[in-house]
Amino acid sequence: MATHQSAGFAALADPTRRAVFERLARRPLSVQQIADGLPVSRPAVSQHLKVLAAAGLVAHDRDGTRRVYRVDMRGIAAMRGYLDRFWDHALAAFKAAAEKEETDA
Amino acid sequence: MPDALSIQKQLVVEAPAERAFRLFTAHMTAWWPKTYHIGASPLKACVIEPHEGGRWYEITEDGQECMWGKVLAWDPPRRLVLAWQLTRAYAYDPDFVTEVEVRFTALSPTRTQVDFEHRSLERFGEGAPTQRDRMNEGWGLILTSFAATTATTPA
Repeated sequence: MATHQSAGFAALADPTRRAVFERLARRPLSVQQIADGLPVSRPAVSQHLKVLAAAGLVAHDRDGTRRVYRVDMRGIAAMRGYLDRFWDHALAAFKAAAEKEETDA
Repeated sequence: MPDALSIQKQLVVEAPAERAFRLFTAHMTAWWPKTYHIGASPLKACVIEPHEGGRWYEITEDGQECMWGKVLAWDPPRRLVLAWQLTRAYAYDPDFVTEVEVRFTALSPTRTQVDFEHRSLERFGEGAPTQRDRMNEGWGLILTSFAATTATTPA
């Protein structure tokens, strides 16, 4: 259990925390807005947000005096960019192979 | 925001759907970019076992098998869903799952539309090296919370 890789997994293992994260994946929300849609208290939502932030999964911006939470895309964006280029490359190779003379498959 | 958490591609292949599906799965070795693999010696083959629950793995030239994931849905020649279980650190983790779905739609007897999606990419946030310091800071909190919500004891 005690590895870096499993930290985020632990952060998302709790169903309520996962629900908080998935709501934020749709659009940025304040703590109150998150709590309004879930059967949990505002302090409980704040606690879930702390865990998600510690795992690098969410971040917040300030809107006046309140905090607006959102998914933290920095770590995810790097991996997405890498895989996006990889799949372009791989699928082009797949297309070329599929369109070759039908001798091998 | 949902787009940021998945990769979607669409392409048209001048081949029948059956051939496209077969090439994607049984002949993955023929097109998979050779440098993209995790084994210590060069990539020899990519294998998808042709049934739900089947393993998805590579075989290296020295005969080592390295797991990549598994088959979540097997519906030839229309649909394939694979679990990509390599973390950002390229380590196989059976508890880590991102989904690769490929749909094959016959446009004519010789043309096939391929709709590709690699989704659940938010889960790559888990192992990002740049986040390790923050994860260390948050580790006690995470373990405490995890233990509290699952009634297990951190070991």
